[in-house]
Amino acid sequence: MDWLLQQLINGLALGSIYALIALGYTMVYGVLRFINFAHADVLMLGAYSAYFIAPAIHEVMPLPSLTGTLIIVLLSAMICAGIGILIEILAYRPLRQRPRLTVLITAIGVSLFIEFTCQHKAVFGADTKPFPQLMPVHDFNLGGLVIGSNDLVVVVTTLILLFGLWFIVQRTKMGTAMRAVSFNQQAAALMGININRIISFTFGLGSALAAVAGILYALKAPGIDPLMGVQPGLRAFIAAVLGGIGNLPGAALGGLLLGLLETFAGGISGLSNYRDGIAFAILILILLFKPAGLLGKATVEKV
Amino acid sequence: MLSTFHSQSPTALAGAKRWLIVGIVLAVVVSMFSAQINRYYLGIIVDIGINIILAVSLNLINGHTGQFSLGHAGFMAVGGYTAAKISLVVSPMLPPALQPLLFLFALLAGGSLAALAGLGVGVPSLRLRGDYLAIVTLGFGEIIRVVVQNMEAVGAASGLKGIPKYTTLGWTFGLAAITIYVVTALVNSTYGRGFIAVSDDEVAASSMGINPVRYKVTAFVTGAFFAGIAGGLYAHHKQFLSPTGFDFLKSIDIVVMVILGGMGRTAGVVVAAILLTLLPEVLRQFSEYRMIIYSLLIIVLMMARPQGLFTWNRKQKGAA
Repeated sequence: MDWLLQQLINGLALGSIYALIALGYTMVYGVLRFINFAHADVLMLGAYSAYFIAPAIHEVMPLPSLTGTLIIVLLSAMICAGIGILIEILAYRPLRQRPRLTVLITAIGVSLFIEFTCQHKAVFGADTKPFPQLMPVHDFNLGGLVIGSNDLVVVVTTLILLFGLWFIVQRTKMGTAMRAVSFNQQAAALMGININRIISFTFGLGSALAAVAGILYALKAPGIDPLMGVQPGLRAFIAAVLGGIGNLPGAALGGLLLGLLETFAGGISGLSNYRDGIAFAILILILLFKPAGLLGKATVEKV
Repeated sequence: MLSTFHSQSPTALAGAKRWLIVGIVLAVVVSMFSAQINRYYLGIIVDIGINIILAVSLNLINGHTGQFSLGHAGFMAVGGYTAAKISLVVSPMLPPALQPLLFLFALLAGGSLAALAGLGVGVPSLRLRGDYLAIVTLGFGEIIRVVVQNMEAVGAASGLKGIPKYTTLGWTFGLAAITIYVVTALVNSTYGRGFIAVSDDEVAASSMGINPVRYKVTAFVTGAFFAGIAGGLYAHHKQFLSPTGFDFLKSIDIVVMVILGGMGRTAGVVVAAILLTLLPEVLRQFSEYRMIIYSLLIIVLMMARPQGLFTWNRKQKGAA
């Protein structure tokens, strides 16, 4: 029983991070209908932004300082939002009318470009760097359970951000426009919505979430390196498909489910080595039996 | 909307046969001189041949049939490991005279198992298109890598060592010529019109009585078979296999060869395979910038010439 609860807690923390990343994939897919492979690298850039900003902030506001941490996270999110918007304008916008496969390959190219540029020794270098402690770590003991403060922070932050995102998408003018663009781009344009602005906004929002997810991931990971985004990025993409790509609650649900499944599988001794394969096996099963995902709507192709 | 460029006459098939003969003769002649060639260059030339097989076989899936597979390295791994394991186990028991026969058997076994894997990927993926298919094939490649990494029988993460060096220029280019021949002949046959029809418009093709499922599976199985053969050649060329050699980047390498050469253009793809194998050797002194240049090349290529470097006067293709 204790083992189950412990895995549940670990799984929720991991799943929350996946959920945050998955939201970025799903939002971009919603408006542009392609997989933004570079999303995983924006996550990595988010962690690196925090890595470089943290010492400067800590000089002014020594630890433990909640304001300091918030400033670090906000600045990183803003930097990544800018990077996300820039990627869209430079790489994806010129290709908007092209076949989707062309854009997909470009996205892979952008992702490789960021990864290899950052691995160059003049940029970040390929080595693993220790991530600064942004807040005091404390393990809470509840009976036999150990809940790390980082896990709590991850789950709470995710909940807050999910609510914030829900508010933006459902209750603001920008969010309404986003939904309109994802529903029918041409019709939205005819209603006077500036498509380019909405797409930039979507990229910015998704990238900001990725930055936060990157920092949360880095808090739990032993260190950061330029390829740290690849694995969580792939998992999060699978989570987005699992929940139904283009569907925001689906992405959150898919992320949590995947995090839980992976943690439980990782806890079973025979399966733990195959952890990397499990996510993909789930993906293939989902695509076979419910290609639209858990919460997605099946679309009928008209000829 | 069948593009006129595809309407080859029987001469294309005759051309394919001519290429086959030229290729095999060339392979035999060159392999006679291979003793005189510097080992370093010899290695690169064999690499070129293996990459030609990989690129031409992927071209059948991604180019001619218009699917998008990101898992070619996975098929290569299946073939490579199977062939390597067979020759590692059997070769000590055989007299030297029988070794080439063993190599042929190992290659075919590797190719067949890869083809079986292709069937395994092809059948379930038929309902998927474009980016979904890309992700599933990527996932398949990753699963293969994870499985190999955990299989003690094939050396797990530390790799498989001491594979006999069977691969020669003759084997490589002979098989490359056969690959080109089979793919060209297949696509140019009456049956093969179906691949192009599926790639041009699946709905239109099926309304004309073409079964897209059958063509897609055929493309996957054939492509995977030759990728497996290439894997076997690779294993007996490098004499060492490690799971990391068959990762996502290797699949991307092959995809880029196909795109650079022009999807569905066999000659272009062969040239691209040669160029992209030589490029890293030429750029050796800039090796730290190599991958950065490479990724930029992908982006620029997609923006400026998505139809490939060696394609002219043909309608843009590749719609998802």
